[in-house]
Amino acid sequence: MADCLLKIIGLTRHFGGIVATDNVNLSIEQGLIHAIIGPNGAGKTTLISQLCGQLKSDSGDIEFDGHSIVNDSTASRARRGLARSFQITSVIMPLTLLENVMLAVQGNSGHSFRFWSPVRHDRVMEAAAMSSLAGVGLAERAGHIAANVSHGEQRQLEVAMALAMKQRMLLLDEPMAGMGKEEGAMMVDILDRLRGDITILLVEHDMDAVFSLADRLSVMVNGHVIATDTVEKIRANHEVQKAYLGDSHA
Amino acid sequence: MKWLPATISGRIYASLLLMLACAPFIFEWVHQPFYLDLLSRALILAIAAVSLNLILGFGGMISLGHAAYIGIGAYCVGIPSYYDYYDGWLHLALALSVSASFALLTGAISLRTKGVYFIMITMAFSQMVYFIFLSLEEYGADDGLVIYSRSEFPGWLSMDSSSGLYYWIFAVLLLSLFFTHRLVHARFGRVIVGARHNEQRMQALGFNTYRYRLACYVISAMICSLAGMLLGNFTGFISPDMIGWARSGELIFMVIIGGVATLFGPLVGTIAFVLLEEFLSAITVYWHLIFGVMLVALVLFGKGGIHGWMSMLDRRSADNG
Repeated sequence: MADCLLKIIGLTRHFGGIVATDNVNLSIEQGLIHAIIGPNGAGKTTLISQLCGQLKSDSGDIEFDGHSIVNDSTASRARRGLARSFQITSVIMPLTLLENVMLAVQGNSGHSFRFWSPVRHDRVMEAAAMSSLAGVGLAERAGHIAANVSHGEQRQLEVAMALAMKQRMLLLDEPMAGMGKEEGAMMVDILDRLRGDITILLVEHDMDAVFSLADRLSVMVNGHVIATDTVEKIRANHEVQKAYLGDSHA
Repeated sequence: MKWLPATISGRIYASLLLMLACAPFIFEWVHQPFYLDLLSRALILAIAAVSLNLILGFGGMISLGHAAYIGIGAYCVGIPSYYDYYDGWLHLALALSVSASFALLTGAISLRTKGVYFIMITMAFSQMVYFIFLSLEEYGADDGLVIYSRSEFPGWLSMDSSSGLYYWIFAVLLLSLFFTHRLVHARFGRVIVGARHNEQRMQALGFNTYRYRLACYVISAMICSLAGMLLGNFTGFISPDMIGWARSGELIFMVIIGGVATLFGPLVGTIAFVLLEEFLSAITVYWHLIFGVMLVALVLFGKGGIHGWMSMLDRRSADNG
């Protein structure tokens, strides 16, 4: 593969006797949307948590842009340009949308040991945050408290925060979860526009969204990646059908 | 009138500060010097409460050991005075540096824990300070230590008169309020507040929340040591009793009564606490009982404390206007 941004080598994680991810090997190419599908409990969310650093890995290596990041903290991985959004909506609820995104801009602009100047008066930061909000169609909602906007808008806000951090790669854990049809379509549209600029690793149950977005598709079953290919080839893959439909149907 | 604060609560706080500024004259006029002593003590504790609010309110770090820093500040006046060093700048430098070092050391350990473990470990560290001072035979151990003369700041207002000391206390209180105000609205404060609401998210945004929290903890301890320094000067007597964990608990109550994570909450909370304590104990010896019931009621029904009630007034007047 010519331009591989993220390389996962033999990554493993146990929870007691249960193997959540088992010797996962995967390469994510720069600029593509790479989706991971698989039945519940296949280890997709565990893999994402290992990649962003919120879960320690038992063994294996993660290379991001040629550097091993497997021992880095979540914060330093984020500063390298690898960020996640959460399966459960995780924004800072009591703050406004604008304040949420401004925190993301702040995280991306040096240290925050600045004790004196009010953030309110920082026009540069505010402009950067507003442009990210506009990028996901939330510009007019900037002043609302995050807890008071719809679930779909909170998910859009998460993408805006990722945009504001100027990340090189996004780890999206079920960005469409709990969204209505319209909101889901809007999210597909937003992600589609990011293609090429930002590399995306997407875990999603909504197959229509996956098939319309993904450039590459990996199938995970019982902690293993059993196949990685283009969408068309995966759909025709015999083993994948077996994994999803059960042995008796194969 | 542009110079008037826009909200009702803003006006109440502004008049409160104005009244505090005039207090020595008022009490002199009505020949009640005792009340100036009461108010001085209240404002000293208010400085400690403001500092605690920085970590407890804005940062979500519930420390049950903040009185340790009052003790450190007080002993940084008491011990040099024991050797006849009355230079206020020396006392100040000692209080700030000792409290900062102790906070850095203990904070680095405590902040690795969360929730109830953090409460327990901060309490353990403060009890450690308590027993250290208790074992210092040279400095009075549990009998305490008398400070014969107040800190001297040549060229500055003398602390010797009770109104002179009062204005020192008032000035430090104003400074700590102003500093807190700037801090929580600056980048640093945004990170601290964000980490209270959603630490995982803040880490994913690239913030090393541990380091920011530790810095916040150290700043808070340093402000609190100023309260201790003033308390040592005020009472002229220091003893390990200033540091017991019950003292730290009282500080938490002061913050909660006034309103957590608000600028003026700790100030009004402390004044209310000290006044209630004073007047209830004058009525009956069983005042703790009444006081306890009031505190329970406040925690159960008075969400947001005194500041919460005032912002309710603000909202009502905004709806009517």
